[in-house]
Amino acid sequence: MIRVVLPAHLRTLAHVDGEVKLHVEGRATQRSVLDALEACYPMLRGTIRDHVTQQRRAFVRVFACEQDLSHEPPDAPLPDAVAMGAEPLLVVGAMAGG
Amino acid sequence: MSGVRALVGTRKGAFVLTSDAKRDRWDISGPHFGGWEIYHLKGSPADPNRLYASQSTGWFGQQIQRSNDGGKTWESVGNKFVYDGVPGTHLWYDGTPRPWEFTRVWHLEPSLTDPDTIYAGVQDAALFRSMDGGQTWQELPGLRGHGSASSWQPGAGGLCLHTILLDPSHPGRIFIAISAAGVFRTDDAGKTWRPMNRGLRSEQIPNPTAEVGHCVHRIAMHPSRPRVLFMQKHWDVMRSDDAGESWQEVSGNLPTDFGFPIDVHAHDPETIYVVPIKSDSEHYLPEGKLRVYRSRTGGHEWEALTKGLPQRDCYVNVLRDAMAVDSLDPCGVYFGTTGGQVYASADAGDSWAPIVRDLPSVVSVEVQTLP
Repeated sequence: MIRVVLPAHLRTLAHVDGEVKLHVEGRATQRSVLDALEACYPMLRGTIRDHVTQQRRAFVRVFACEQDLSHEPPDAPLPDAVAMGAEPLLVVGAMAGG
Repeated sequence: MSGVRALVGTRKGAFVLTSDAKRDRWDISGPHFGGWEIYHLKGSPADPNRLYASQSTGWFGQQIQRSNDGGKTWESVGNKFVYDGVPGTHLWYDGTPRPWEFTRVWHLEPSLTDPDTIYAGVQDAALFRSMDGGQTWQELPGLRGHGSASSWQPGAGGLCLHTILLDPSHPGRIFIAISAAGVFRTDDAGKTWRPMNRGLRSEQIPNPTAEVGHCVHRIAMHPSRPRVLFMQKHWDVMRSDDAGESWQEVSGNLPTDFGFPIDVHAHDPETIYVVPIKSDSEHYLPEGKLRVYRSRTGGHEWEALTKGLPQRDCYVNVLRDAMAVDSLDPCGVYFGTTGGQVYASADAGDSWAPIVRDLPSVVSVEVQTLP
């Protein structure tokens, strides 16, 4: 089970409280986790990744295990602690704006 | 008993204001979608409880929200706005070609007859339509297919399609306006478009009378006379009596002819309203006075409406989608300010009172007259 922590606005949009728990087929990567997230919560499509290019939106970051994974390839394996459910994958809205 | 529902979009959420027909006591619900920019909300003329809202932020992009109960509850619907085919380019501020890129929905215009059909005007400028209640969106690509599209340049707010007028007497006729391209009209439901800018004069562009390239801020129509259009341009208030084929200036005695909104009285198609703003480089009211100007003659002759509005130290703006009218008798007129006030007049503008004073900066106001 993969644990994902969403920023407050996306939790509101998806009508969830706290962490999201996802079952991910195969290897846990940013792509497979986000695919599973969007399958469970279709309203999140387009909010983290562009609909067409699948590129991460500029003001969204992905952290885990005290590392910034935002610039890792989308198919790179996530840390074992995330894959095992010991640590959550953090989707973060950048601190910017007013 | 009839009533009024005002749909207010702000920089930090949406608010729904309701009153009975007296329009002197208001209930305020919100913020809905707190923290998100709500560029526009609008109800279906065919089903007043069907509302649509454009919700966006720079962080998480675009959402479209739909309500089936007049704004009490909402659900996310489709947010996939993909340009048809290879998008091509328009001009950027520096004159270089720039690929079309979707940013947000500026304006939502529900069909006059079908609650599930709705048009969306977006940035970068294009017109989309949904025929399934907002679940899926398709571009009407004929507009960007117009030969001038590669020369369109953004105004200061972006290359936005901000106005959509559906002609109630001529199915298939739609007027749209783009900053800073101008007005276009289709007579075949969006397949082909023609620029409708003859008579506009803009000294800020190389050819002041160019067919395309004018910074039109807003156009308005009275449904009983859809061939008559009124326009607030970047500078100049204009009117057309031939469905946009030609325009004449009607700024008359306005203290300044810069501004954003323009609207038409619900029962008198020659009575129109504007809010003059000092200039394009200042974007606030002249002399610190909040004055709505009304013309009862379709332009040229204007009177300042000030009763109940602040007449000193007021430096707000009123944005292009932030004025609306109801269809009660007497006609109600409403507008919201960048200072967060929503003002209402229940007597066609003769006197005003704030419905609410301290919302986030108001982007849009729409009003529904309820049975």
